[in-house]
Amino acid sequence: MIRVELAKLFRRPRTYVIAGLLCLLPFTVAVFLATTRIPPPPGQGGAFLSAVLSNGALYPAAAMALVLPVFLPVSVAVLAGDAVAGEAATGTLRYLLIRPVGRTRLLVAKLIALVVFVLFAIGAVLITSYLTGLALFGSQPSAGVALPADVTSLSGVTITPFGLFLRLLGTVAYIVVSMLGVAAIALFLSTVTDSALGAAMGALAVLVTSQVLVTLDAAAAIRPYLPTRYWLAWIDFFREPVLWRDIERGAGIQLVYLAVLLGAAWANFLTRDITN
Amino acid sequence: MISTTDLTKRYGRVVAVDGVALEVREGDRYGLLGPNGSGKTTLVRMLLGLVFATHGQIEVMGRPVPRRVHEVLPAIGAMVEGPGAYPNLSGRTNLRLFDAAGPGSTRRDRRRRVDEALERVGLAGVDRRPVKAYSLGMRQRLGLAAALLRRPSLLILDEPTNGLDPRGIREVRDLLTALNEGGTTVFLSSHLLAEIEALCTRVGVMDRGRLVLQDELASLRAPTGRVLLGTPEPDRVVSMLDGRVEHRDGTRLTVRHDDPGALNAELVTAGIRVDEIAPERRTLEQVVLDATTTSSDRVEAP
Repeated sequence: MIRVELAKLFRRPRTYVIAGLLCLLPFTVAVFLATTRIPPPPGQGGAFLSAVLSNGALYPAAAMALVLPVFLPVSVAVLAGDAVAGEAATGTLRYLLIRPVGRTRLLVAKLIALVVFVLFAIGAVLITSYLTGLALFGSQPSAGVALPADVTSLSGVTITPFGLFLRLLGTVAYIVVSMLGVAAIALFLSTVTDSALGAAMGALAVLVTSQVLVTLDAAAAIRPYLPTRYWLAWIDFFREPVLWRDIERGAGIQLVYLAVLLGAAWANFLTRDITN
Repeated sequence: MISTTDLTKRYGRVVAVDGVALEVREGDRYGLLGPNGSGKTTLVRMLLGLVFATHGQIEVMGRPVPRRVHEVLPAIGAMVEGPGAYPNLSGRTNLRLFDAAGPGSTRRDRRRRVDEALERVGLAGVDRRPVKAYSLGMRQRLGLAAALLRRPSLLILDEPTNGLDPRGIREVRDLLTALNEGGTTVFLSSHLLAEIEALCTRVGVMDRGRLVLQDELASLRAPTGRVLLGTPEPDRVVSMLDGRVEHRDGTRLTVRHDDPGALNAELVTAGIRVDEIAPERRTLEQVVLDATTTSSDRVEAP
């Protein structure tokens, strides 16, 4: 079943369209930065953006900071919202279930396909932005990579390219976990409604609400429990030494959301009448 | 093959299926007849474990459903409320994906089984066009092919000839008859009387959630004890069979009599010419009209 889900994922043109759009955003930003050479003022704009002007090898990290807050969660919510409700709409859900594919197995396969999609999309963004960065900003001649001052607040710290690779790996893992939280919300809603659009909208509504509350001081009491609170904590991977506190908390929060929502999705889907 | 006891499904306050005791035996061609909204589809979905009964028991091929439905589903081919396929993929790819999704399918003979199933439903020459470019009839045939893919011993088909032209309907009927003669039990539901009458050996009639009738088609259509008679000399017949002529319509008479052969001999002996003579049988339509009350999609003023 997992193989079938992956085949369906990679046979759909929309998978590539979404990944292409995700790659296009950092590319556009890079073109503007490279032609004007105007860096965002310190403390404003996307993370790493002023640093990439001097070192293109850091551009993958900047690209992550660009797609993560909106673009990536939107595409994950759309795909996850479509996961069960979309099958119901095309009438294929009932044929999968009487094939028979167990309902639990179907949900697990959907979730794995979503993880693969996130990895595929992030991979595409990392590769294209790395190439873009090297081509437009050039690489530092030395073997070391200087961590940007606006992030580390310690200028001149240098890490090896291998160190950069490890930190990017950690970033990818952290983002996958964060996106799994988004996927869990949309997947749960997808088992509740037969409208893929409704499920995606519901998940986005949750995320937007959470984003707004994160910036609201009046909501400080619940801030640590909001799903989007620690989304950008992966930036801490680029500090020297790595600042683990927020990364750990963020991953923990996402895992709790994941467990609760997937449990709810599973319980709901297992006992639901399939009437579409 | 299928038996249910007191099977009931409620959606809120609406009773979709009400105390149904279905009995489908091995080798049957069972036709479930009923107007739209009479609960046929809900019943079919419960048999397949898609919808959970409010109460009552279901047993399919000796296993309780839905508890052990996964054990019998591999041997069942089904079509529920129209075919379902991924619209951006070709018919062949769809069949391959569905086959690969479940248990008990080997990759080795998949291509052969897909080709065979497509051939059986008359889609052997289907090309790489995506399903979204298919006509309704082609989709219906693809749905049937999906049901036949693993040579099931029980076929459960909901409105299998929907969207097909008369020739297509005939082909499907011949296909189902051939499969049935090869040992496959066929259970199909339809709101089309003629379809059931032409195909099935056993009939169940649903009316507003209840199974109001279930019997062999042959016994439902048993002779009524009357004979339909056509003669150029109706007056002589009326005077001869005094009181036994129940109805007269020009030269055609309905006569109360058990044996058309004996009646014919009687008339010919008396020198009366006979154009046509046959025992009267109830039509399935008559049977259904007697068994059901009102059209389910009629909404009367209170």
